[in-house]
Amino acid sequence: MRHGLGAIVGVGELTPQRSTEGATTLGMIAEVARRAVMDAGLEPGAVDGLLVGPHVGETPQHVPATVAEYLGLKPSMANVVDLGGASGAGMVWRAAAAISAGMCETVLCVLANTREAVPPRSPNRNPIREFDVPFGASGANATYAMIKQAHMATYGSADADFALIAAAARANAQHNPEAIFFGKPATVEDVLASPMIASPLRLFEIVMPVAGGSAVVVTSMERARDMQRPAVAVLGAGEKVTHRALSQVPSLTSGPLKPAMARAMAQAGVMADQFDLLSLYDCYTIMVATTLEDLGVCAPGQFGAWVRAHGLGHDGDAPLNTHGGQLGFGQPDLAGGMTHVVEAVRQLRGSAEGRQISNAELALVTGNGATMSEASALVLGAWT
Amino acid sequence: MADILDYEDLNVPGPTATALSQPFWDAAAEGRLILQRCLACERAVFYPRAICPHCWSDALAWQEASGSGRLRTWSIIERSAHPAWQAVAPYAIGIVALEEGPTMLSHILGDRDGFALDAPMRVRFVMVAGRSLPFFEIST
Ligand SMILES: [Zn+2]
Repeated sequence: MRHGLGAIVGVGELTPQRSTEGATTLGMIAEVARRAVMDAGLEPGAVDGLLVGPHVGETPQHVPATVAEYLGLKPSMANVVDLGGASGAGMVWRAAAAISAGMCETVLCVLANTREAVPPRSPNRNPIREFDVPFGASGANATYAMIKQAHMATYGSADADFALIAAAARANAQHNPEAIFFGKPATVEDVLASPMIASPLRLFEIVMPVAGGSAVVVTSMERARDMQRPAVAVLGAGEKVTHRALSQVPSLTSGPLKPAMARAMAQAGVMADQFDLLSLYDCYTIMVATTLEDLGVCAPGQFGAWVRAHGLGHDGDAPLNTHGGQLGFGQPDLAGGMTHVVEAVRQLRGSAEGRQISNAELALVTGNGATMSEASALVLGAWT
Repeated sequence: MADILDYEDLNVPGPTATALSQPFWDAAAEGRLILQRCLACERAVFYPRAICPHCWSDALAWQEASGSGRLRTWSIIERSAHPAWQAVAPYAIGIVALEEGPTMLSHILGDRDGFALDAPMRVRFVMVAGRSLPFFEIST
């Protein structure tokens, strides 16, 4: 048994949907939580820790208590993790830390969202609302477009380089019947022909927002061993938060995942070229490009050559986002980040039906929130 | 590209000023760009804050800014996430590194063929829905 910070013993996921009518966030949380706890072979009463996200539409405050009450749980540790797309990976580390600190033994980490046809406008009164929005910069597309533009202007990277990432995600989604783009592959040419949304960002380089949910169950290494069920060890973790608004970003071509990944790998004692799966947060193609360069598998500006040189499918030499990534699977809001954890667990347990990487032992999972602002990285290992 | 006059008629959200940031917007109304400067570490600060983010001193004073900077990145917005901005789409936004040090996001005017890394920029105040906002354009 590898030394680990904790173990992931169960996962659950909801099929992404374009919209939900009448569904509640609490109801969806309950369904995905049930799947994860059943997958772990545990009784609900075994869950004594609860980590939830901030977006529970029905309740702006007291979110953990509201979710716990709905689920009939009485946790001895309950909290909100509010790191945007890094929340999923960030929950796993916090769960392991809370268990190590003696706060609880088994933690349910759960994220889910509904999706209305017309989403309500943000009630923000933060600096972004005051100093960015009045100039015409609303939404994430505008900010990631500027991150991509900075990469192209700095390194001369080509649109086709980025399109390769989107096409690879769509190709991998063809092996995941749950993915929103299952049955809908896209070639590099298709990506390049998709409409320009915010230059240089095109439609197929942007995740499709969906409703859905994703959950994992984390427990101690000791308890996981006693359970005698398939489990995955958390071998290393790292996190970094550097800014919120893109106008305050320290660097447009390197993000907080760089130190977060370095810390996670140092703790696990592994190198960047040792991973059997890269499960990298991919809200946009540029996020994968920057993460590959920050990881160090290629030099800054050279992601395009790296992507061309490797097979990114489950049967390739560098499997990347084998569930299709969020670009292929769909982005169920904050749960989108957790899909990268769930896929890594499946691959490392040998249960990724129809897309299993042979002998998968080591995976890197990344989460990214806001405008390349919040970063969380996990090194996960097979139970050997 | 939108004519400069088109902006006046936009029904877009304006700045949500606070008591602390009000001097910045008051100056903008007069066509002046001002920044906070930390009296302890002497660095310029943007956006306006209660303490200096570099040294945490609360001794911050407003100073006239040069209005010059360089373009760090940009995007031509074809489909705005805010429906009211769609009226002037496609339009350009970008991040400008001000001569004084801080970076700010703004609306970028001028010939898009001239957009490039480190292109010299100059502030230009434009009336948007009745408010004077510090846009930037390529300085020649
Ligand atoms: Zn200072």
